[in-house]
Amino acid sequence: MSAAPPAALADPMLPAPWRVRAVRRETADVVTLDLVPLASGVPCFAPGQFNMIYAYGVGEVPVSLSGDPADRSCFVHTVRAVGEVSAAIAGAAPGSVLGLRGPFGSAWPVDAAAGHDLLIVAGGLGLAPLRPAIYRVLARSERFGRIAVLYGGRGPAELLFRDELAVWGARADVTVAVTVDHADPSWHGHVGVVPALIGQIGFDPPNTVALLCGPEVMLRFTATALRAAGVAAERIHLSMERNMKCAIGLCGHCQFGPDFVCQDGPVLRYDRIAARLAVREI
Amino acid sequence: METLERLLLGHEFLAGIDPALGRRLVGCARNLRFAPGEYLFREGGPADEFYLIREGRVALELHAPARPPIVIESLGGGEMVGASWLVPPYRWGFDARATADTRVFGLDAHCLRGKCDADHHLGYEMMRRLLPVMVRRMQAARQQMLDVYGHPPA
Amino acid sequence: MSPTAPPGPDAQTAPVLLDRAGLQALVDALVARGFDVIGPTLRDGAIVYDRIADLAALPAGWTDRQEAGRYRLERRADAALFGYAVGPQSWKRFLHPPEETLWRARRQDDGFTITPEPPSPAPFAFLGVRACELHAIAIQDRVFLGGAHRDPGYTARRQGAFLVALNCGTAAGTCFCASMGTGPRAESGFDLALTELIDAARHDFLAVAGSEAGAALLAVLPTRPAGPEATAAAEAVLARTEAGMGRHLDTNGLKERLQANPEHPRWDEVAARCLACANCTLVCPTCFCTSVADHTDLAGTEATRVKRWDSCFTADFSFIHGGSVRASGKSRYRQWLTHKLAHWIDQFGSSGCVGCGRCIAWCPVGIDITAEAAAIRAMPGKAVGEGKGGNA
Repeated sequence: MSAAPPAALADPMLPAPWRVRAVRRETADVVTLDLVPLASGVPCFAPGQFNMIYAYGVGEVPVSLSGDPADRSCFVHTVRAVGEVSAAIAGAAPGSVLGLRGPFGSAWPVDAAAGHDLLIVAGGLGLAPLRPAIYRVLARSERFGRIAVLYGGRGPAELLFRDELAVWGARADVTVAVTVDHADPSWHGHVGVVPALIGQIGFDPPNTVALLCGPEVMLRFTATALRAAGVAAERIHLSMERNMKCAIGLCGHCQFGPDFVCQDGPVLRYDRIAARLAVREI
Repeated sequence: METLERLLLGHEFLAGIDPALGRRLVGCARNLRFAPGEYLFREGGPADEFYLIREGRVALELHAPARPPIVIESLGGGEMVGASWLVPPYRWGFDARATADTRVFGLDAHCLRGKCDADHHLGYEMMRRLLPVMVRRMQAARQQMLDVYGHPPA
Repeated sequence: MSPTAPPGPDAQTAPVLLDRAGLQALVDALVARGFDVIGPTLRDGAIVYDRIADLAALPAGWTDRQEAGRYRLERRADAALFGYAVGPQSWKRFLHPPEETLWRARRQDDGFTITPEPPSPAPFAFLGVRACELHAIAIQDRVFLGGAHRDPGYTARRQGAFLVALNCGTAAGTCFCASMGTGPRAESGFDLALTELIDAARHDFLAVAGSEAGAALLAVLPTRPAGPEATAAAEAVLARTEAGMGRHLDTNGLKERLQANPEHPRWDEVAARCLACANCTLVCPTCFCTSVADHTDLAGTEATRVKRWDSCFTADFSFIHGGSVRASGKSRYRQWLTHKLAHWIDQFGSSGCVGCGRCIAWCPVGIDITAEAAAIRAMPGKAVGEGKGGNA
């Protein structure tokens, strides 16, 4: 499935000014920003796509959209402060202005997954790029078989969207399982790695589509566990991360074998990249 | 006794076992219940029982002086707890605490080791079931060691 | 002047002859039409492309001798103006410049406004574009103009450019365009194509037009008809050049071998020699990778974004938070060669190599792309085959 057609931009390298409407702190170093355009309407986006966000004078980084694709009032981005640029974006105050280009990239094949069991598997910050897919799925959950959201994090304090996970978990049409790498004894949830959750939920592997996002190591082990459980490689989709400067296939930075992660990805099909994932430094 | 046999042989850990072999385990088994917060065993204690969780939740904990204990793994229904009963000197290497109402089968380690020693066919069958679980947990521990969600080193 | 036209012989006019004064008239006509005329000049012991107004600036009577890690100018026995192969620069320097300001942002009370940088004013005319370089330009056209998003700056510069091609009369020891199917004959993608005919009796340029603009210009120049003898002489020049290629690259099955052998021992072997200096990517006429840098003035009132050539040989190139994906020299050389000769075909429909040999000559340790490719091709390691990804 290909991405939604890119917004018609006269100059795809020219950021447009967007205002920070609201900031929500998710964890110690992660915030979610609601952004509204100063000049235009809010474009459509497909779950899984990203924008290039520019902090004035500091630089630009790719950030996945993390909001509801049905909400056309703003773009929502969840950012972790890991470098100079992401720290500037995460530190943007309500009312301040950021530059934005996009949306770019391929999308989660949500509609193509209709009729199948759906496993949405996230690790760490990887829940943010999957949240638009979860919103779209849950808006019409009757289209799918069993739906499960599996989420792994470092510890309870570093989990994203805990309130929403609880809301989703209370629904009858979706199973939510959350695990952490380690916890203090006050945590009563799962402790262990994400692949270990796969055996604990009911689904029909030959009829399952899986969407994976998280650190590359976690993606590799999760995809291996899904294959071992009987999920077809071509029904496993994962979102890759690489260095990006242009997001439009012109700067060369995001190459992953023959793919440009910015255009062919970030969402790529496992059967096409499995061999590459096993190669170091590719 | 007939009910215990049926339930024990129905546990995921023993799925598909030759009933003639499985029946030999019944004599070692008992039903146990743990309330939330109760320990199945403590680090350093004698590993004299092997547990198969029927339902509930068990947290495996490690503790160090002057630090809060940490949970390194949690296990649920259908899983087994502990391998120290199989390895001399038969002492537990961590604490196991129920975090929910938990029902388990306890299999007496002395009894189990004796039967496995006496009947290598049974011993091999048990090894074949234990080893994949141990390997899976070792791989999971290695993944956890990577701390993939943590901040990368500066 | 049809940057997106597919390769293939353009409609060419009947050949005519220009003498040296006629060639000067061509330069004059281009200048008069407002072109920034760029041609070969001598500088710092190399032939480099620079602005010219007079044929006197051309490297008359000079040739280049090139081998792995070696480039030297030598005197020719004649006064040929184009009697060399290729210098360190390619036309990439002008169409895809090493540094380009993309836009300026100005801080205001209420955020900031961003203004794109206006395109450079004068269109370029290139004098002496080799067949390999025409192919390199066509390849960069596919990169910058052929995808979902066009590079605005490249589009402007490319659409205005007038290309005077040159059928190669000299092959260097590092040349292998004949084996890449990219030369030495200029077949398409030019406005005019010249063949330099020089011997004791004459110094002429056989000229054909490859576009309407080329034909219109040729019509106003002092030309004379080219007879069969001149045409035959031009063919002989090309035949001699083709026979003089110092190197050869066998591309048969190469893409599959490269993509299937990321762990081939040859990568370690070449990494032990490679300095990761990035020279090969800078001299390559098709390497297109760039980075961007953001600056502000001291007061913070104006911020600029500048695009610069980047190289897959640098550590920063693949940096994601935490470190570089390609930390080792081995992985960077593998990325460059595999991209150039294999992934490029998946991405853009052709090899990224045109056989110009620059990367061989300008490698400080003389790493030879043809030898490295042949080594991988000859001794397949354990196969890890796969095609292009995507989400179809």
